[in-house]
Amino acid sequence: MSAPSLPGSLSRSEAEDFLYAEAALLDEWRLDDWLGLLTEDARYWVPPNDTPDADPASTLFTIADDIARIRARVTRLKDPAAHAEYPRSRTRRMIGNVRVFEAPPAPAGEAQALVHSNFVVWRFRRGEKVREYVGHYRHTLRFTQAGLRIAHRIALIDAMELGSLGSVSLIL
Amino acid sequence: MTEQPMVINDPANCDFRVNRAALVDPGVLERERERIFDLCWIYVGHESEVPLAGDFRTRQICGRPVILCRDDAGRVRVFLNSCRHRGAVVCREPEGNARHFTCFYHGWSYDRAGCLDGVPGRSAYPPSFDPAQFPLLEPAHVASYRGFVFLCFDPAAMPLEDYLAGAREYIDLVIDQSPSGQMEVIRGVQEYDIEANWKLLVENSFDDYHLLTTHSTWLDYLRNAGVEMKRPERGHLLPAHGVGRVLGNGHAVVDNVNFRGRPVAKWIPVYGEAARPEIERIRAELVARLGERRAARVADTNRNLVVFPNLVINDGSSVTIRTFHPLAANRMQVRAWALGPVEETPAARAIRLDSFLTFYGPGGFATPDDIEALEMVQAGLATWREMPWSVMTRGMAKEGEQLNTDELHLRAFWLEWQQRMQTVPRKRTAA
Repeated sequence: MSAPSLPGSLSRSEAEDFLYAEAALLDEWRLDDWLGLLTEDARYWVPPNDTPDADPASTLFTIADDIARIRARVTRLKDPAAHAEYPRSRTRRMIGNVRVFEAPPAPAGEAQALVHSNFVVWRFRRGEKVREYVGHYRHTLRFTQAGLRIAHRIALIDAMELGSLGSVSLIL
Repeated sequence: MTEQPMVINDPANCDFRVNRAALVDPGVLERERERIFDLCWIYVGHESEVPLAGDFRTRQICGRPVILCRDDAGRVRVFLNSCRHRGAVVCREPEGNARHFTCFYHGWSYDRAGCLDGVPGRSAYPPSFDPAQFPLLEPAHVASYRGFVFLCFDPAAMPLEDYLAGAREYIDLVIDQSPSGQMEVIRGVQEYDIEANWKLLVENSFDDYHLLTTHSTWLDYLRNAGVEMKRPERGHLLPAHGVGRVLGNGHAVVDNVNFRGRPVAKWIPVYGEAARPEIERIRAELVARLGERRAARVADTNRNLVVFPNLVINDGSSVTIRTFHPLAANRMQVRAWALGPVEETPAARAIRLDSFLTFYGPGGFATPDDIEALEMVQAGLATWREMPWSVMTRGMAKEGEQLNTDELHLRAFWLEWQQRMQTVPRKRTAA
């Protein structure tokens, strides 16, 4: 991961490098390495299709993980008894239309940046229809002493309902 | 032609089998539409989804587009979402508030009570044309039980309360979570398809036999988070005692002692220390209002209820309403919502929703594996000609109590299904 040129500022190419590296870890199922990209207070959300801009405290989400449940999710996905992902699917992520915005600093004062991007995640499994998750990421990236880390990761699915996508068994 | 029995029930020989053709044959689905979905009371939605006059939700129910809405008199109505003129859908939005439902094709428009109140160029119709003859059509019956709205396309149907039979007791238990007896559907719907026959989700929704194997990663998650789980007692598979009960008219339930945490009201470490006082406060309110015994019944048991044919109310890690409709013999559409007391505090609501996601839903730690299990069953059922029978005899040789891991409740569903499928429906007359 390339370090940002100035603390608190993030160029688009730096943001792209970060998102591409994250996508590669997820596509390669290097889930423990992916956990290493997260802050200690990270959150991962997949909002409901009918109410994309919502708060999981008052709206039923598809996924609303705090760091403990993100880690539990990874533990689960690595277990062959996570039947929905065993045998593991193959995925391929394409990320584009990356835009960097200012974000308020973290509670402890570290600088953060908000990165919007579009994604397509294809999921392949033997004998099954290809699932095509199309949507929009909102990453809140935090400048930490160890480098850039994900503090909040929202994956908004464009489909009006999950429908033939079925479940969201992988980390989108 | 007489139809082959799809269910073999021979208690004397402890034999109960389901013909797998029931899960794969498109001809069976056609008969199900006619003999089950068009004759039973079918869940449409919840009154809380349309709180104000003019509020509406559109849904597909039994293959028909319908509008659930509230009229100016405050009554919850269900209309077939189809114009009386040429048939186009008159309301195309998933939800909203409307003064009129107007068909955009030729502009016929209907008020909140479904009355045709606008016909462009009306003078060209013959004098005999009477708009009062063309309201938005309603199903033969619409009725609510404690906020749950059902429709029925059969004019000769029994009243909803009679139909619900013993299921009412279990709906009442859910409602008792609310001090005012009012529960509401929480924003955020989970809509997903499963490549499996709809009846497999009926079975799965209250099949506690699969919990240990299919959901071992979920049990591990709870255990790792510090939830105490007892070793199962002799003859049991699960950490807590539970029974299967038959409630009449094909409805049935599994009813078990809670071990998994409940927003109302059993704290587990997964909720976090900060949530503990809130859960204790909810518990104290229950005891004060209902007494120790009833409070324990509401708060310390989990209940997965199936209302025949396609409504599931799970009162466990959270309360879910789940309903599903077949799209094909091997495909269904599922919709699920969270239900909570209207007076729940923001903190308690957050706990409820968080608890929901630990288990349920397409991103939860359990439901994706259920979906996978059902799809693997459907894939395996391609062998139905060689292996026509599914065995469903757990608990059959036992006297007395049937456990939640037995299959009495599944058999009750299938026996009702069989009986209805063998009944040739009367000819129906259309409006």
